[in-house]
Amino acid sequence: MRFSRVPFAIAALFWAVFSIKATGAGSDVGYEVEAQRQFGTPNPASVELQILSTTDTALLAPLIESFLQSHSDVVIDYSELSSAELMKAVLSQDTTSSDGFDLAISSAMDLQVKLANDGFTRKHSSGVRALMPGWSNWRDHVFAFSQEPATILLSRAAFADLPQPKSRQNLIELMRRHPDRFRGRIGTYDAGTSGLGYLFATQDARSSDSFWRLMELFGSLDLRLYCCSGAMIEDVASGKLVMAYNVLGSYAQARRDLVEKILILEPEDYTNMMLRSAVILKTSSEPDLAGLFVDHLLEAAWGDDADDLTSGYPFRHYPVRSSGESAPYRPIQLGPGLMVYLDRLKRAKFLREWHSTVEQN
Amino acid sequence: MSPAPNPAPQRPGAAAKTPGRLRSSGSLRRRLALQLVGSAAILASVLFFAVLGFARDLSQRSHDSILFASATSILDSVTVQGGEVTLDIPYAALSMLGNISDDRVFYRVTLDDTLLTGYPDLPVQATPPKGVPITDRRQGEPSFLTTRYRDSSLRMVTLSRLMALQEGAREISISVAQTRDGQAAELAALTRSALQLGVGFFLISALLALWTAQWSIRPLDVLTGVVSRRGPKDLRPVRHAVPTEMLPLVHSLNRFIERLRISLTRSEDFIAEAAHRVRTPLATVRTQAEITLRRVDKPENRTSLREMIRAIDESSRAAGQLLDHAMVTFRTDSLERKPVELSALVAELVDRLRPVAELKDIDLCCHTRNVPALPGDAILIQNAVRNILDNAIKYSAAESRVDVTVHQTALDAVVTVTDAAGGFPDPDTTALTERFVRGSNSVGTIGSGLGLTIAREVAEAHGGQLDISPSDTGAGACVSLAFPLQ
Repeated sequence: MRFSRVPFAIAALFWAVFSIKATGAGSDVGYEVEAQRQFGTPNPASVELQILSTTDTALLAPLIESFLQSHSDVVIDYSELSSAELMKAVLSQDTTSSDGFDLAISSAMDLQVKLANDGFTRKHSSGVRALMPGWSNWRDHVFAFSQEPATILLSRAAFADLPQPKSRQNLIELMRRHPDRFRGRIGTYDAGTSGLGYLFATQDARSSDSFWRLMELFGSLDLRLYCCSGAMIEDVASGKLVMAYNVLGSYAQARRDLVEKILILEPEDYTNMMLRSAVILKTSSEPDLAGLFVDHLLEAAWGDDADDLTSGYPFRHYPVRSSGESAPYRPIQLGPGLMVYLDRLKRAKFLREWHSTVEQN
Repeated sequence: MSPAPNPAPQRPGAAAKTPGRLRSSGSLRRRLALQLVGSAAILASVLFFAVLGFARDLSQRSHDSILFASATSILDSVTVQGGEVTLDIPYAALSMLGNISDDRVFYRVTLDDTLLTGYPDLPVQATPPKGVPITDRRQGEPSFLTTRYRDSSLRMVTLSRLMALQEGAREISISVAQTRDGQAAELAALTRSALQLGVGFFLISALLALWTAQWSIRPLDVLTGVVSRRGPKDLRPVRHAVPTEMLPLVHSLNRFIERLRISLTRSEDFIAEAAHRVRTPLATVRTQAEITLRRVDKPENRTSLREMIRAIDESSRAAGQLLDHAMVTFRTDSLERKPVELSALVAELVDRLRPVAELKDIDLCCHTRNVPALPGDAILIQNAVRNILDNAIKYSAAESRVDVTVHQTALDAVVTVTDAAGGFPDPDTTALTERFVRGSNSVGTIGSGLGLTIAREVAEAHGGQLDISPSDTGAGACVSLAFPLQ
C-alpha cells in the first residue's frame, strides 16, 4: 500500500516544484531569478521552504546544508536574485495567501526594513534573541545575521612602492600626490543601479563630510562604476583597477585564491558594517520552520560557539559592540531611518548630486 | 487586645432572666470595618483610574510631541527650487521615531491634493469644509488623529503650511504616523503598575480600617467588661473613664443604677421597718395568749390557743428573720472586718441554743478546734451559724443528735452542722438558698425560708461559701460554712 503511493507522491512533488518554478521564472509576474537551486532530497514527507535571497548561493550553501543535517525532512528551494528583483517578487505576491515565499534574505537593509514596515513580514519570537545585540533585530521582524564591512580594496602590485593607506584621509593625500597612477583605475558601486552601492553611499554621506570630497576626487580621476562587488574584486586582482571603494569585505575575504593580489583595507576613520538580514514573509506556509531556519542563521552568527566551523558560517565574526562605543566599525542601524533614503524625492536628489559629483566629464 | 466578647445579651445568667432575647441590630465593629474598607476600595479605584488616566495622557503627549518634531523637521526641509516644491527628508525625521519604539512608520507629503512623496493610501485627516479659506486655518498647528491603517492602530500628526509660489499660494501638508504597538505595551506596563499601586493602597487601607474599627470599639468592650465583672450586689456608679461619646450612656447607666439602689434600699428599709413594727406587738400578743392558755380549761379552747401561739411564733420568727436579713444586707454592703475567734463564737452560740435543743431532747454536740482568728464581722457570722443551727434543731426529730464542728482547711475556717433530720429531699440544693424557698419537707415546721439565704449571703460577703450535702450516714444533711482565713 505504502510503496504503491510513492510514485504518485514524487510525481505530485515534481509537478509542484515545476509549477512554482514556472511562476517564479515567468515574466508575467515581472521579476528575474538569477539562479535557483534545491537543497535536500525530496521525499513524500518533506516540507519545502522557499527562500528568496540576494546572497550568492555558493556562499550560503554550507550554512543551508548544516541546517538540513538536523532537519532531514526539509527541502529548501533557494532563489538568488538582486535586491530590487527580490522586492518586486515579494510585492507581486498576494499577501492574503499563505503558500508563497517563506523567507527573504537580503543585504539591502533599507528594503528589508521597508518590507517589515509596510506589513509584508511576520513576527518571530526568536529564542536566540538574548544572544543578539539590540541593533541586530528590528521589531522581531528583521533579523541581522552578519556584519560585513564596506572595505577599500587595493591592488598589492600597484601599492608595492606606496605607503599603505589607513584611512580615507591617507587615501585622499595619496591620490592627490599620485593622480596619474589612479586615473581611470578607481572603481566603486554605481549608486544609481546597485542597491548596496546606494546604501553604502548614503551611509557614507551621513557619516562623514569627507565623503563628498572623496567623490569629488574620484570624479576628477575618471571613476569607473560597477554593478557588483565580484566584478570589482576581479578587476583589482587582475590589475585593471588600483583601488575599489566600498567593496563588500565578506566577498573579498571569501576569495582566498586572490590573497596574494589584493589588499583589504578597513578604514580606521570609520568602517560601515552592512548587516545581512532575514525576514519571514507573511505569505509563508511554514512560518515555524522558517523561524527555525532563521534561528539557525542567528545561532551561527551570534551564538556562543560562533567559531564552530561545522555550522558553515561564511562571514567573519566581528566583536559585538554596543552602539555607544566609539569604534571604527559602525553597524548600519536597522530602523525607520533607513526608509528616508528610499523616499522618491530624497533618492532622486541624492543621486542627482552624486552623479554630478562623480561624472565630471 | 481583649478577647472579643460575645454580645452582652448572650451571657447565660442574663439570658435566663431577660424576658425574651435581646435582638442584635448587627455588629458595630463589622459595620465600621465594612464602611472603612468600602471607602478604601472606592479611593483605591479612584487612584487607579487617576494614575492610569494621567499616565495615558502623559504617554500620548510625549508620543505626540515626537511625531510633531518629526513632521516639523520634514516641513523644514521643504524648499522651492526653480518653481518646483521639493523636499529632502532628514535622516533624523524617521530615525527619531525608531528611537522611542520599534514601531512602524508612515508618512505622506502632499501639495494641495497631489502626492509629492510617501504612502498615498495613508488615511486623510478630516479637512475643514471647502468654504473656509485656507488662510483661516491655524497655520503650523498640528492636528492629531488616531485611526487604523494596514491592520494596525495608528497615531498620526498632520502639519500644513502655505507656500508662496508663482502661480499663487499652495498648501503643503505633511503627515507622519506611527503604529501604537510600543505605546500599547508601555500602557500595559503602566496599567500593571497602576493596578499594583491601587491594590497595595487598598490592602494597606483595609488593614488600617480593620485596626481602626477594632480600636474604636475597644472602650465599649472595656466598659462592658467593667460592668459585667461586677458582683450581684455592686450598685456603685461606674467611674471608669470613657470616651466623650460614651459619657451620656454612662451617665444614664449611673442614674439608672442609683435609682435601682435607692429603690432597693427603700424596699429593704420598708421590710425591716414593717418587721420591726410587727414583732413587738406580736410578742405582746403571745404573752397574752400564754396567760390566757393558763386560765382556760376547755380542751377545744386550749387547742385553739396553742394553734394561735404557734401561728404567732411563726410570724414573729419570720419577722425576726426578715430583720436579720435586712441587717445582713446592710452590714454586708459596708463590711467591717475585725478578727473573729470562730471557735469561741460557735461554742458560745451552741451554749445559747442548748436549752432550745433540750426542749426536744436533741443532743447538741460541739467539737471545736482552735482555729486562727479570721477577718470578718462577728455579728454576721454568728447570725449565719445561728440560722443553720436553728434549721437543724427545727427539722430534727426528738431525741436525735446535731453535731457542730469547727475545723481548718488549707485556706478556710469551716463550720459544719450535721443533723439526722432526713436531709434535703430536693437534689437542687442551691435553690434552697434563694429567698423564701423552703424544702419540700418543711410543711408543718415554722420557717420563713430566709435562713439559708442569710447564711449564704454572709459567707459570700466574706469571700467564702455555703455547701449543702447529705451527711456521711445518709440520715440527714451536712451544711458547712467556709470563711477564708486571709
